Amino acid sequence: MLDNGQKREKLVEVSDLKMHFPIYAGLFRKHVGDVKAVDGVSFDIFDGETLGLVGESGCGKSTCGRAVLRLYDITSGSVKIGGREIGATPQGDLRKMRPTMQMVFQDPQASLNPRMTVEGIIGEPLSEHTDLDRKGKLAKVHELMDAVGLNRAFSSRYPHEFSGGQRQRIGIARALALNPKFIVCDEPIAALDVSIQAQVVNLLEDLQKKLGLTYLFISHDLSMVRHIADRVAVMYLGKIVEVSPRDALYSDPLHPYTKALLSAVPEPDPDVTTDDRVILQGDVPSPSNPPKGCNFCTRCPAVMDICHENEPEFREVSPGRFVACHHHNETTN
Amino acid sequence: MLNYTLRRLMFTVPVLLFISFIIFIILDMAPNDPTGNLPMTIPPDVREKIRESLGLGQPLPVRYFKWCVQFFINEPLNIIDKMFDVCTWGCEDRLRVRSWATRSPVVDLIVERMPQTLWVVGMSYVVGIILAVPIGVISAYKQYSWFDQAGTFVSMVGFSVPSFFSGVLVIVIFSVQLGWFPSIYDTTLKVVDWDTFMMQIRQMVMPVMVLALQTTAQISRFMRASMLDNLNMDYVRTARAKGMKETTVLLVHVLRNSLIPVVTVIALGIPAIFGGAIITEAVFKVNGIGQLLIIGIQGADIPLVQTLTFIFAVLIVMFNLIADILYGILDPRIRYD
Repeated sequence: MLDNGQKREKLVEVSDLKMHFPIYAGLFRKHVGDVKAVDGVSFDIFDGETLGLVGESGCGKSTCGRAVLRLYDITSGSVKIGGREIGATPQGDLRKMRPTMQMVFQDPQASLNPRMTVEGIIGEPLSEHTDLDRKGKLAKVHELMDAVGLNRAFSSRYPHEFSGGQRQRIGIARALALNPKFIVCDEPIAALDVSIQAQVVNLLEDLQKKLGLTYLFISHDLSMVRHIADRVAVMYLGKIVEVSPRDALYSDPLHPYTKALLSAVPEPDPDVTTDDRVILQGDVPSPSNPPKGCNFCTRCPAVMDICHENEPEFREVSPGRFVACHHHNETTN
Repeated sequence: MLNYTLRRLMFTVPVLLFISFIIFIILDMAPNDPTGNLPMTIPPDVREKIRESLGLGQPLPVRYFKWCVQFFINEPLNIIDKMFDVCTWGCEDRLRVRSWATRSPVVDLIVERMPQTLWVVGMSYVVGIILAVPIGVISAYKQYSWFDQAGTFVSMVGFSVPSFFSGVLVIVIFSVQLGWFPSIYDTTLKVVDWDTFMMQIRQMVMPVMVLALQTTAQISRFMRASMLDNLNMDYVRTARAKGMKETTVLLVHVLRNSLIPVVTVIALGIPAIFGGAIITEAVFKVNGIGQLLIIGIQGADIPLVQTLTFIFAVLIVMFNLIADILYGILDPRIRYD
């Protein structure tokens, strides 16, 4: 496959990214703590690949995706896109870089301005970042609508006049308008019907092949990620616990959390026994007050004493496979 | 949209007739007496004759019908006569709605008083909106900043301090202590040159200030709340992700969507301008519509009060319709077909 052998260029490099949201409480709104939504995340995305980012809801996937594009002002860490550091760039300067990095949002209803027509929505970035005239802009809008499979005749309609799948296509066309290299897909299919999900995912794949796009594909749907991603990152409580090539991760998960997550995927064959499922007990700890040591130590089926004491290091245990777990620290030591 | 408007207009006719009847009944049941302000020396049987000459001897349905004929047929015909300088049917001795106290036609009284009210109350509304929209936008954009806190405080003051207090307060400060502005509004002033124009401005400042404080307080709160609703919407994040300028995000995406409910509030507030500001007009001696209404109520001048109240009702119904239509124009998600 693509990722075998040849070394490819890193398009996105994220290291030790932290996004903390302050909590204010009390009479004088004192700063009493932080919600550590993303707490020291590092990963790379190679040019032209799809990195799947999975994890249960509330683990910080979406925040991570938005922080990578600097839709938030991040707490600390570094984000490099195409070799340029954007971790601390002020929002004003970031504006000129937006054409290379775009986002497809989760909720196709809420993420489109209800008072703009499709033409306005797709065409707005063009009038901001290019100097096409009216005609050129309309031609480009029509071209984009063709690319995502929308009828050109719909260009003067409003978002509420479309179905969910069509709206997500508008969102994708909008993201494509400026020929970006890198697109963060923030659960682009979570709000859609299963039948439409496949269409949208196939559209994203086709566009990737045609335009050489790089995706960060955020999802909680493991089978969809298996379908689209080249490599998969697993997130738990603000941290990445494992990054592996797709096939290796699905056949031989290293981290106990990944094992639990994979064993929770529904099995369509009724004769296959499900007794060997790893069922996690308890709830995810609060991200404002994560446990000492490993974040997963409160629910881990293979917990050891050291897990309550020290935070495991995120390290490469075999070529291309990274994991943060004390079990794998030992084997390599 | 046109169909919708026509259908709504059709419905307003029975609604307004019903309202006029209700007003008539309420005024008839009111325990005041049009001869009550006359000298005590007038004997009771003379008072009774006066009442009968005013038409009060007739039963209620007859009186209501006569008012309807006078208001809905004779007055419009009279306006046509005046406008085109012609004489339609019965122009010599046409019965008009006459005030009992002044014996002059009510419509003429209203026309006389309208300019003062429109100038003072209308100007205060315009000033209030011009101030309120930016205040609301900045307050929401910089939520909990000192500007927002100050804006919240001023709105609270504007909401809670009644105009009979703030009016007297500004008179004490600006005309008694500082002597900058006259405390009484002079209606006889004619604007002919620069000096009289400045005079007009100076006498308008205080009543406009008092009324604008209330309007600003109300609308800036609406504006702020509506902006806050929209600022957190996903499409605002989309606009930022597109790489739009912050001013574009704020003024094109957020403000336009936030203005929809605010425009409705503003449109619904316009009839109140024509209604005048009863208390503020009294404080500054502006002889506008509000003052006319108060005089009418005091003197039990039923035709005057009936006609004025009914005109307010018409305005309220019309501006409700206008607000609904505006809503449909501004928000493409709302269609009335």
